[in-house]
Amino acid sequence: MSAVRYWRETKFRGRLVGVKCRGCGKVFYPPRKVCRICRSKNLSEEKLPERGKIISFTVIRTSPKGFERFEPYAVGLIRLENGVQIISQIADCNPSEVKVGMDVEATFRRIKEDEQTGLIEYGYKFRPLRLESSKISAEPV
Amino acid sequence: MWALRRVAIVGAGCIRVGEHWSKSLGDLFSEAALASIENAHGPSIDAVFVGNMFSGFAIHQEHLGSLLADAVALSGCSAAKVEAACASGGVAMHHGFMAVASGMADFVLVGGAEKMTDTSVPETLHALMMAENREYTASSGITFTGLNALVARLYMEKFGATHEEIASFAVNGHRNAVNNEFAQFRSAITVEQVMKSALVADPLRVLDCCGIGDGAAAVVLCPLDRAREVCDTPVEVVASSVATNVLSLCERDDLLSFDATRRASGRSFHAANLSPKDVDVLEVHDAFTIVGVLSLEALGFAAEGEGARFAASGGIALDGAIPTNTFGGLKARGHPVGATGVYQIVELFWQLTGRAGKNQVDGAWIGLAQNVGGVDSTSAVHILRRVDS
Repeated sequence: MSAVRYWRETKFRGRLVGVKCRGCGKVFYPPRKVCRICRSKNLSEEKLPERGKIISFTVIRTSPKGFERFEPYAVGLIRLENGVQIISQIADCNPSEVKVGMDVEATFRRIKEDEQTGLIEYGYKFRPLRLESSKISAEPV
Repeated sequence: MWALRRVAIVGAGCIRVGEHWSKSLGDLFSEAALASIENAHGPSIDAVFVGNMFSGFAIHQEHLGSLLADAVALSGCSAAKVEAACASGGVAMHHGFMAVASGMADFVLVGGAEKMTDTSVPETLHALMMAENREYTASSGITFTGLNALVARLYMEKFGATHEEIASFAVNGHRNAVNNEFAQFRSAITVEQVMKSALVADPLRVLDCCGIGDGAAAVVLCPLDRAREVCDTPVEVVASSVATNVLSLCERDDLLSFDATRRASGRSFHAANLSPKDVDVLEVHDAFTIVGVLSLEALGFAAEGEGARFAASGGIALDGAIPTNTFGGLKARGHPVGATGVYQIVELFWQLTGRAGKNQVDGAWIGLAQNVGGVDSTSAVHILRRVDS
């Protein structure tokens, strides 16, 4: 991945920022320029919730280039608290512990290192929700 | 819309899918293309469309239209690569159809070719993820198999289908490939073998998944009213449709509905004035067993949630309600990604002209091929009909 592209996408991929349609209220991730539902071009950036539920998952045992050192690792389809769905690696637990319906939270992690440029890519992964953090985020966001 | 010309297939050819270490992309394409042109008694070709997914990544070669037209001594004609991930071949066929139907070209060569064994397996898995939203989805480390695994788990949870029922799709493909000399895997397998094979991306196992292989296939199209000049047994392309869905799987409201396939098949059935019950032989895009199941449902051959049980109860067998993937499908014939959609057309051409050997479906008159890119992000649906002699 080029350094320029990484820089361009850092806010969205590193901080879980999507866009919200000001016409119909639908939130999108990744960000886009026109609403898929009402075709409004009036969209503004929207920070996504950092918590959600696993609605499906897999365990990758044959990985793509750059992910070999994580094998085997769980990847979940997660529905965030606002309904937006994302696909993320599930960190900080044994893949065999991952279950459908599990509550998870976002965590900022190293994704991979580019062999050629040495660029280290950071971004989100999700992990099982921790009790202490659930107390903290009981406050309105 | 202005009147379209009726389109026919007048020649077909392909090579065996497999690990062709000694052959380049140009070699693969040339063998299939020359076979199809010879089969059509060498008409003068006006245009070439080549389905290919990732030559730029795999062999650092693009500009395949000019390159491959030249490779088969057709320099001078119109030519272009058509790319739509694993649906590249089916979409190339659609472009060939449009060229002939519109009157812009008379004889068109539609080919598909993919060189998949010049790259390592991790590189190929990386390349296949180009079918999804590259950075936002791939940074999770998920593979293309993994995306389909998410869908398989959802399907089993929602409809109570068993993995064994879903696995019957692979068993059917392997059984049919035994008699196909162009197939990559010509050995029969059992449901038990699928269930005992190694996990690749839970719950999907090795034998749920197509392999990696090189391949090329080609057909020659022309106006139906000129087909008899070059072919005794032409087959009419009665409908050709392509549709898309929201590209990223996770951005869809219903991950179990193959809406691109629903739209493309709806348009094709409407254009041909036919319905699923009229189809005698079916080619579906079973890159993974679960994709075959969901395709049956989206095409209207099984009700929602019933595809796995329908397949497991023999509905897709050669003697079943709808003989499916009679040359092995993606699982056993093989899935050289950008070529697959053209293999399906070649195989239907053979079924509809009585050249399917031991797997011939008696009285096959109408065939349907469905070729998917991504997890049904693009779908090409063609309906072919035997021409009365």
